[in-house]
Formats: sequence, structure tokens, C-alpha cells
Amino acid sequence: MTGPDSGGEVHARLLGVTRIFPGATGQQPVHALGPVDLELRRGEFFAVVGPSGCGKSTLLEILAGLQSPTSGTVTFEGQPVTADVPDGIGVVFQEDASFPWLTVWDNAAFGLRRAGAPEAEVSRSVNDALAFMGLQDFARAYPSQLSGGMRQRVCIARTLVLQPRLILLDEPFGALDAQTRLLMGDEVLRLWRRTSATVLLITHALDEAAMLSDRIGAMSARPGRFMDIVETRWPRERDSTIVSETSFGEITGRLWENLRGESIKSLGHSGAGPA
Amino acid sequence: MSRVGVIRLIVVIAAIGLLELACRLGFIDYRTIIPPSEMTTVLVRLLASGELNSDIARTFGVVVIAVAISIVLGFALGLLIHAVPRVRRALDPLLATYYAVPIFIFYPVMVAIFGLSIIPIVLIGIAAAAVAMIIATLNGLDRVPRVLTKVARVHRMGPLDTALRLKLPAAAPHLFTGVKLAVSYGFIAVIASEFILAPAGLGRAIADAYSDFNNRKMYALILLLLVFATCMNMALHAWDLRWSARRGVRPQ
Ligand SMILES: Nc1ncnc2c1ncn2[C@@H]1O[C@H](COP(=O)(O)OP(=O)(O)OP(=O)(O)O)[C@@H](O)[C@H]1O
Ligand SMILES: [Mg+2]
Repeated sequence: MTGPDSGGEVHARLLGVTRIFPGATGQQPVHALGPVDLELRRGEFFAVVGPSGCGKSTLLEILAGLQSPTSGTVTFEGQPVTADVPDGIGVVFQEDASFPWLTVWDNAAFGLRRAGAPEAEVSRSVNDALAFMGLQDFARAYPSQLSGGMRQRVCIARTLVLQPRLILLDEPFGALDAQTRLLMGDEVLRLWRRTSATVLLITHALDEAAMLSDRIGAMSARPGRFMDIVETRWPRERDSTIVSETSFGEITGRLWENLRGESIKSLGHSGAGPA
Repeated sequence: MSRVGVIRLIVVIAAIGLLELACRLGFIDYRTIIPPSEMTTVLVRLLASGELNSDIARTFGVVVIAVAISIVLGFALGLLIHAVPRVRRALDPLLATYYAVPIFIFYPVMVAIFGLSIIPIVLIGIAAAAVAMIIATLNGLDRVPRVLTKVARVHRMGPLDTALRLKLPAAAPHLFTGVKLAVSYGFIAVIASEFILAPAGLGRAIADAYSDFNNRKMYALILLLLVFATCMNMALHAWDLRWSARRGVRPQ
């Protein structure tokens, strides 16, 4: 793959993107995001960190074509992203989006079946994805019988079988304890290496961002902008053991330096106004 | 059976036993109510003779038609109303007060328009049942997580596809409440319409038995309807429990 410092081909691009939510009657409009410029290189692992409510999910949804930016442009693989989600983008949402009425297996098979793939191919891909996510023993279970982390893995498996070229993950493990999250990080890394997709991961955990990514964008408090983009220069073959390396500490230190003030700001925001 | 279930059963059996006793000991005049045991034997004889077959078929046929139309129509209208918030706000108070209107007063009007066929009865059945389904659909759609709509868009599903493949199953537990109500309301409306005016059917049979002072037949038919309504409700409830348990939600 192209190293992050060699530039690499641009896979997706945000240019001058802002998002302002019109306020409800009698309320101020909410300037949630931007202006933001961002170039995702093909095959890289990019993490976005930022204080709560700074517009991370908004950024992701604009990139996916789920929301239109108030101003600015979005392109994916050279094509403008307009009102629809382009083919080749997979999204795992912050909220649990598993289908409670389907088994784990049928959840994972949803996209392929809709696309009309032959049952043999569906079966092969789904078994493969479930095995990859460590869910093969739960294939016949319903989401209600799984933990929150496992349900997110179901959603990842459902995304994975469609072989997206750009995978957007919105705090997929936000609800997990820190240790489990590091281990889930290993799985995300395995996924990234195997699919050779471009990954954009949103997280509020600095250590998670520092351990997983080629580059990390640190966002300011709302309206979110990139204050700093940190290159980690990790080898492609990496796992959670790098948290003990010295440069790991430097990276998280630099991120925290950027984010400390912003996090305090956003605390103040949410304390004072209706945010 | 659970402890509560046992107590419930004892209460029902005790009530029936008391009625039996009161009738047998002459506390209740035979011309007013016949003993439950006799209702049962008369009913069994009536069923065996086959003289009720055509009435049963007609009534249940009409109920099935009215309820099926109500469920499909109620869901479709619910979807439409939910999709247009302005219409929703306009209709909400009407829906909320709908069941305060005694819809049976329109039955004679419908008979005048459509004649003495099954059409006016089906229409009254729909009028009674469909709104419960609309309300349940709106309720269910309100509770469909927003993220599912986003998932639908990531899978590039159209509005109809999203409604049938995601919203319908996601709202299913609430829709089921609507189905249960639609079945009950539809059943009541059909029997009552037949009772008021109809060429045939179980409601008409009860009305006839009543005006002929044929107590035994009347009570046997009432028993038949009670047993049927109870079984139907228990079946729906059992089904609800099974699906809810699987999805990890409490039945409504
Ligand atoms: N539909 C909306 N209408 C109005 N305001 C909105 C809407 N969606 C988001 N916002 C506001 O935009 C801001 C950014 O929201 P967003 O969900 O993108 O934040 P986030 O960074 O993902 O937060 P978190 O870390 O808590 O997930 C918030 O202040 C939020 O209240
Ligand atoms: Mg978010």
C-alpha cells in the first residue's frame, strides 16, 4: 500500500464543508460543523477525535451522503456525493442499528440478499464475515440475546459482506469498557488489513485513535474544525501492543494538548445553553 | 401454569359454578338464564346438527374480510399519515376521539345505500377496526429508531422497500397491538350489525332466538361467541408472547 507520507491517491474529499442546522421556531440555528477540508487517501486508516457534540457524526453523515452540507462539496472516488449514499461506502452507526427481528445470520445476510446475490454466495460471505467477527457461535441468536459490543460486531459484519471500499465507523465501541475496546481495536485493524478498504473511525478515546490510525484529525469544539492532523507512522502490521511504545505516548500527549481546551469549552457549552 | 394463572382459572370456574348453582337451586328463573351446563349441551347439539354451519361460515367470513382489509388499510394509511407531519397534526385529535363516536348509527345509512348484503357489515367492521390499526401504526412508527432509516439509505432502499422491510418489522410489536384490537373491534362490529339487521349470520341467529323466546338456543349461541372470542384472544396473546420473547421485548 501507499505509505501515508507518500501522499497517495485521494479516495474521498471534503472541501469547505459546513453544516448549520436551522433552529426550531424561536431558537438560534445550530452551527454544528466546519468549515472543514479533509482528504482521505485510498487505503489509509483515519481517525477523528473531538469533544462530545463537536460535529463528528455530522461529518460522517455528510461524507456518506446521508446529510447535505450547508456549503462546500464532497467527492468520493472522483464523483460528487449528493443526496444519495454512493455505492462502495459502508457505515456502522453510533447507535445500535442491528435488526432485532432477524437472527445474527440474517442480519449479516441482509444487504447481499437485497442485492439478489445467489444463496450460495450469500452463505459463503456471511459465514466468512461472522467467523471473522467471532460471531459464528451466535449465528442463530437474536440481537436481544447479545451484549452491546456483540451487536455492534453484527452491524460491522452486515457492512463487511458488501465489501465497501470506504468504511465509516462512528464510535462503534463507545459503550464498551476501555480494555475490551482495545481488543476490538485489534479486530478493526485486522478488518482494515484484510479488506484493504479506507477506514474512517470516529472515537472520543485518544488511545484508541493513536493505536489504530495512520492519521488522526483532532477537532475543535462545536462548530467542529480540524485543529491538527497527526501522522502516526505505524507499520501496517500493528496491534494493541503498540500502546507500550514511547511514540504512542507522544501522540496521545499531542492530541490531548490540542483537545484539552476544546473539551473544557464543550463542557461549558453543554452546561450553559440548550446545546 | 403460574400461580396467578391458577388463581385466574379458579375465579372463572367458581363464577361459572355459582351461576350453575343459582340456576339449579332456582335463585335465577329458568326463563331468564339457563344453567351453563345446559348451554353447553344445547350448543354441542346445535353444532352437531349442522344447522349453524352456514351462519358460522358467513359471520366468520365477514369478520376475516373486514379485519384483513382493516389491517392492510390501517397500516398503509398509518404510513402515509406518518410520512406527512402536517397531516398527522391535523388528524391527531380526530383519531384520538374517533372511538367516542357510536359508529353503529351509520349502519342504517349504509344499508340504505348498499342494500342488505354483506357490504354494509364489512364497512362497519372496517370502520370499527381500521382506526385502531392506524393509531397502532403511528405509535409503532414513532418508536422505530431513526438510525434504521439511515441504514435503509446506506443500502439505497426506496420508500416502499424501507416501509416493508425495515419499518414494518421494526414496528411489529406495536402493530401487533393494533392487530389484536382490530380483531376484537371487527368481531364486535360484525356481530352487532348482524344483530341489528342482516339476512343471516350468528348475530341474526341470536336476535331471532331472542324474539322467538328460544332461550336455550340464544344462550348456546352466546356461549359459542364467548368461547370463540376467548380462544382467539388467547391464540393472539400466545403468538405475541412467542415473538416478543425472541426479540427481547415485553408484549404490549
Ligand atoms: N438534526 C439536528 N438538528 C439540530 N441540531 C443537530 C442535529 N443533529 C445534530 N445537531 C447538533 O449538532 C452538533 C453536532 O452533533 P453531532 O451528533 O455531529 O456531534 P458528535 O460530535 O457526533 O457528538 P458525540 O460525540 O456526542 O456523538 C450538536 O450540538 C447537536 O446538538
Ligand atoms: Mg456522534
